[in-house]
Amino acid sequence: MRRLPVLLLLLGLAAPALAVNPDEMLKDPAQEHRARELGKDLRCLVCQNQSIDDSDADLAKDLRVIVRERISAGDSDDQVRKFVVDRYGDYVLLKPPFRAGTLALWLGPLALFAGALWAVLAFYRRRPAEQAAPPPPPLSAEERRRLDTLLKESER
Amino acid sequence: MRRILYVLPVVVFTVLALFFLKGLTLNPRDIPSVLIDRPVPEMSLAPLPGRGEGSGLATKDLKGRVSLVNIFGSWCISCVQEHPTLMEIKRRGDAPIHGIDWRDDPVAGAAWLKKSGDPYERVGIDPPPGRTAVDFGVTGAPESFIVDKAGVIRYKHVGPISPEIWSKTLLPIIRQLEKAP
Repeated sequence: MRRLPVLLLLLGLAAPALAVNPDEMLKDPAQEHRARELGKDLRCLVCQNQSIDDSDADLAKDLRVIVRERISAGDSDDQVRKFVVDRYGDYVLLKPPFRAGTLALWLGPLALFAGALWAVLAFYRRRPAEQAAPPPPPLSAEERRRLDTLLKESER
Repeated sequence: MRRILYVLPVVVFTVLALFFLKGLTLNPRDIPSVLIDRPVPEMSLAPLPGRGEGSGLATKDLKGRVSLVNIFGSWCISCVQEHPTLMEIKRRGDAPIHGIDWRDDPVAGAAWLKKSGDPYERVGIDPPPGRTAVDFGVTGAPESFIVDKAGVIRYKHVGPISPEIWSKTLLPIIRQLEKAP
């Protein structure tokens, strides 16, 4: 039981490891912050579903360093992004740009949702009309007598 | 109208399934290069130790002849697999091959070429952070680019070149480009 606090302390050490090494960081915190934000949107071409900010791959490290070089050289965020896209294409952006080629990507889900909504509405609008059966015929004398006995029984 | 509603899910499912089936056969590493039909990036890379002065690789070296630019490194395992093909290309004199020793210790790179054979005409060193490789849009090694006589990138191959890929894909492109004035 005495080990528990130690184990809990060790657990604290297991905070998410950062791929960005201290020696890569820029001295100016504002510039470093921009580099981090940019890095989160740039895909690591090796791991493909990680950003360069997350990835430990060598190529991701190179791109982090190069992004920081561009920032130090005075590039704006858009200029840095353009620098990388010029070399790796839109694929490098984790958030693809909205343009003619990506219309299906951006609007596809919306279209599917609209279609589904239309189908559901059509289904419910039609159902009452189709299922509305003719009103049941009135009870016969015999049926009324049985119903009365049943009701009386349940009252007791 | 009702019949359409019944058939629609099947149609949607089939279309999606076909897309996904196609996706299963694609290689996620094959990212279309944006550098096709663009001039080779500006570079002036130092030579490997022991390969002689002036044997480095610069942009101007890639003009005048159709050539293959190969990204490699002594650390790269797939490059070992590709190496015999490059040696064979050199032996047959199919096309000049230039190397970019990417993210490598130059001494290790030179030693590797000495040990297993040197298929390259020119080799430039691209030390970390691999600026030239990034300018080429390199995503890993090996990668090879076909550069035409004007120094324009015309084709990119990702991964090791097999004898089959060379004779069926790359060499025909090179022969075609060589015909151009």
